[in-house]
Amino acid sequence: MPLIETIALTKRYNLTPVLRKLNLTVEKGEFVALLGHNGSGKSTLMRLLCGLSKPTAGVIRVGGWELPKEAAAVRAQIGVVSHKVLLYDTLTAAENLRFFGRLYNLQVDHALIERSLKAVGLARRGDDLVRGFSRGMQQRLSIARALLHQPQVLIFDEPYTGLDQDGAAALDGLLQSAHAQGHTILMATHDLERAAALAERAVILTKGQIGHDAPLAGIDGAALADTYRTVSGIAAGG
Amino acid sequence: MKAAPFLTAVGAILRKDIQAELRGRELVGAMGVFALLAILIFSFALELDREARSEVISGVLWVTVIFASILGLNRSLAMERDQGNLDALLLAPISRSAVFVGKLIGNFLFTFTIAAVLLPVMTVLYGFSLFAPPLLLTLVLGVAGFTTVGTLLATMTVQTRAREALLPIVMMPIALPILLAAVRASSAIMNDAPPETWQAWMQILAALDAIFITMCFLLFEYVVEE
Repeated sequence: MPLIETIALTKRYNLTPVLRKLNLTVEKGEFVALLGHNGSGKSTLMRLLCGLSKPTAGVIRVGGWELPKEAAAVRAQIGVVSHKVLLYDTLTAAENLRFFGRLYNLQVDHALIERSLKAVGLARRGDDLVRGFSRGMQQRLSIARALLHQPQVLIFDEPYTGLDQDGAAALDGLLQSAHAQGHTILMATHDLERAAALAERAVILTKGQIGHDAPLAGIDGAALADTYRTVSGIAAGG
Repeated sequence: MKAAPFLTAVGAILRKDIQAELRGRELVGAMGVFALLAILIFSFALELDREARSEVISGVLWVTVIFASILGLNRSLAMERDQGNLDALLLAPISRSAVFVGKLIGNFLFTFTIAAVLLPVMTVLYGFSLFAPPLLLTLVLGVAGFTTVGTLLATMTVQTRAREALLPIVMMPIALPILLAAVRASSAIMNDAPPETWQAWMQILAALDAIFITMCFLLFEYVVEE
């Protein structure tokens, strides 16, 4: 059984269709890059999979639980990293992790916080306020927050936005490490080079439907960009 | 993994808000300065005799508390909107009502703190003793009702561009019955009216609180839903 499954998923805002009868499956342990131009429905799909939005029609299952009926069970299995860091900048790094740990009903002890901060290279910054962190550090802490409850599925929505080269390289390492640990990853991005380098499969959305869905083995960034242009009819990054 | 129990989630959100406030003093600081300036301006503007002052003092207290509260509510919910934190709360496997109750208790505590500080200051400025237990109870009930409506509406308006202007516009008509009952009860207490007068208004206030708390508790899930 796939870990993520959508059947004839449709989402309309007022009368405007954003997703049209979308069928998608993601197997356990897969790393899928979700591509598409702005307005193709990537973020809407991500929000639906997280339970932040309700479908107009169709079925969404994550880990065998159905949305929106079993939303709490689904949310417990998902960790989300977005272009917004989803952190409180008036709290320290450790306080942020403690707070989110409590929301996920974890035994939030010093060892868990230390371990989580160490995993993202912030072991010495636990007592520092998040507002003093660089964008890259905030994004790394955001990953620690998303991994805190050891979710089966990690959803990344444009995680590279605003990161410099060093920050992006650090994020690459964390994504690879999370994938190696067995997390299933779904990442929406405009960065085709990174998608080709990191993911195992590319799904290109166009006009709310899947325009292309194929493995990325042996495909480099340039070849993926060609496919992207053909499928979406516009240049990459648009 | 089990979902966090309701009270654990409420406690975590409340604790986070207090922790952030103790560090930044963004809410209570702004609300406090506004409230003190407002009653100072009122005290100079209303150069009235003792009898006339006794008629308006309750209105001054509540207008000041309410506008300070609107200031705080906007900031409190803006803190959740910035960096997408409201989404982070909604992504957690907790009841959405727990998010509402956690935010509500925090907003109540911050607003009540300001209201409680105003009492001695107004006692000095207006020459009236405002230290009466029934007045404190009226403040508790009035602030609870107002922050309940405000927390729900601020969650909606904070998503809009004109949030600072929009909140008082949508909130005042809905919270008007609470304001009316609170002003009437306070005025009766301050003017040593017979207890049955202010007790009747306080009963109305308590009933309004029960209605608004129940309604807002039930509606919050729909307000944050897409």
